[in-house]
Amino acid sequence: MKTLKRKDSEYEIKKGRILRTKEITDLEKLFEIVLPGGENLNHEPGQFVMVSLLGVGEAPFSVSSSPTKLGSFELVVRNVGKLTNAINRLKAGDEVGIRGPFGNGFPVHILDGSDLLFVAGGIGIVPLHSLINYAIDNRRDFGKVNILLGCNRPEDMLFSDELDEWTKRLDVNFECTVDRADSGWKGNIGLITSLIPGINLIPERTFAFVVGPPIMYKFVVAKLLEKEIPERQILISLERHMKCGLGKCGHCQINGIYCCQEGPVFSYDKIKDMRESI
Amino acid sequence: MVLINPPGERLVGMEQYVVLKKRDFNDFIAAVTREQKVFAPVAKGYNQYAFEEVTSGNQIAIDYIPTILPPKKYFMPQYETIATYDTSNGQNMESVMEYEDMVLFGVHTCDLAGIQCLNIVFSQQPKDTNYLMRKNKILIIGYECNSYCDEYASCRLVYNHLPNGGYDLFFTNLENGSFIIHINTLIGEELVKKIKIFKEADDSDLQMLEDLRERKRKIFAKNEVPIEHEKIPELFDKVYDSKIWNELDKRCVACGNCTNVCPTCYCFDVIDEPNLDLKTGRRYRRWDSCQNEEFAKVAGGESFRSERGARQRHRYYRKFSYSIEKFSRSFCTGCGRCSRACMAGIDLKETLTKLVEEQGMKNPDAGYRG
Repeated sequence: MKTLKRKDSEYEIKKGRILRTKEITDLEKLFEIVLPGGENLNHEPGQFVMVSLLGVGEAPFSVSSSPTKLGSFELVVRNVGKLTNAINRLKAGDEVGIRGPFGNGFPVHILDGSDLLFVAGGIGIVPLHSLINYAIDNRRDFGKVNILLGCNRPEDMLFSDELDEWTKRLDVNFECTVDRADSGWKGNIGLITSLIPGINLIPERTFAFVVGPPIMYKFVVAKLLEKEIPERQILISLERHMKCGLGKCGHCQINGIYCCQEGPVFSYDKIKDMRESI
Repeated sequence: MVLINPPGERLVGMEQYVVLKKRDFNDFIAAVTREQKVFAPVAKGYNQYAFEEVTSGNQIAIDYIPTILPPKKYFMPQYETIATYDTSNGQNMESVMEYEDMVLFGVHTCDLAGIQCLNIVFSQQPKDTNYLMRKNKILIIGYECNSYCDEYASCRLVYNHLPNGGYDLFFTNLENGSFIIHINTLIGEELVKKIKIFKEADDSDLQMLEDLRERKRKIFAKNEVPIEHEKIPELFDKVYDSKIWNELDKRCVACGNCTNVCPTCYCFDVIDEPNLDLKTGRRYRRWDSCQNEEFAKVAGGESFRSERGARQRHRYYRKFSYSIEKFSRSFCTGCGRCSRACMAGIDLKETLTKLVEEQGMKNPDAGYRG
């Protein structure tokens, strides 16, 4: 067997230097990452990157920062396995490998003038955070902005500083609910679906963005359809465990399509007949 | 060298044929091994064959049934290093491409079709450049099956019982003490010219090839599954909720044999392997199987094909439905390996026949051209 050294393989990684980390909850940690020369990641909200720690592995992560943030980008990593455990031990100054961005993100270029309804369940706020901040940074371009967040418990809420800020802003309506809480919690208790009926919206000019655990989609989509939001204006990000990001390895395949190529963001009309999607 | 119209089914203009005496076969292989490594089918005990490196023609089992693993193992190796790394000073990695200059001798038409499927997948954007570079290091010599290898094959159903290109040279045993060889590429022609052991094919050789193909049309007279090839997409449009998948669910043991031996299954995992110093190591790709439950699992633990029946259905749809939508091509080559290798006796022809019958689409004369 002969070996040829390469410089331009599609598996080449860029060195990402960790500028800053922040523990957000017991499980989740935020990483601000700079590419060599401060190059912009140049992603769309909803796209993902493959993050490597050589010797441990590589996995897909949603970019949580908006592309309006230049010079660096952010990831939120939940410690659930071998690789995420190793990443969560990293400190400012350490390096990770970055490939991407990959996939189709949210279609920001078609949203001008539309009302935006964000529905985030749990860690689903991470990919949506990118689009929410994009919308806030370009607030004039959009109509009404509603953000709904559902979490297991109050202490599971990510980006709590920003949630306070969204609550205070007059140009954004933010509501949240938790599945269960102790007596200290003054907010809503119940599933995220309970927040949707109360939202006042004009369905034909509304785009809904739904990200959460797989179990959430069917129920949330049903509520949005009750509100008569058109199927093509309901945008969903599907989680799959991509191994290559290049439409080859097969792990992210949903029926006939590769989530890493045609997704991870899909409009509901595209996936409703794909039986393995949600 | 004569230039004539081909005796096969595909009339593609002027074609070149030469002839090799069977008694000169060992000399031919010996001459090729002096130029390059040669890999060919070798007998591995009762009815089992494998592609392996050979150094003499005597080692080659020329009349073999499909090898345990298809020749995809040379195009996308079971384990392929894609990068080496050194983390002593940050995330430093160097990507690599592993390859072997080789002559692959004796590839059946089903496996030539399998290689064509892989070529299509890996040349679709974003391209897999390691694969594309590696495949051009391999000279392919095809070998014709004059009749069925065994009862598992379904090559007629997918039109792979006759050659459809994908080779540099193609050998047919004329059963008169000679091989007739179709020269398909300049690389093939150069090899023939370098090894001065061939003679020009004359009209009687070409007539014999014509006669052999005519006999084959009778042997492969009908589709092995009672459905017209063109109706397969329609069948798969209807059977997503078939109870046949539930039957497979009860039988499948999720071992992954079917996908490992499939000439068109290309799914893989990417794995890091540190050396003992824990600083250096390699990143490699390894064949993976959609039949393992882990395959479609996500970080939260959800699995999107948790049932074995759903995973078997996925495999069949990847061969007969998704690939046709995407590439206008069946990704079943008819080689029969999945049926031969299945520990639970799941048989592709039987499954397809049941689906056809269930949908009332049975046509016992399917494929028959009279």
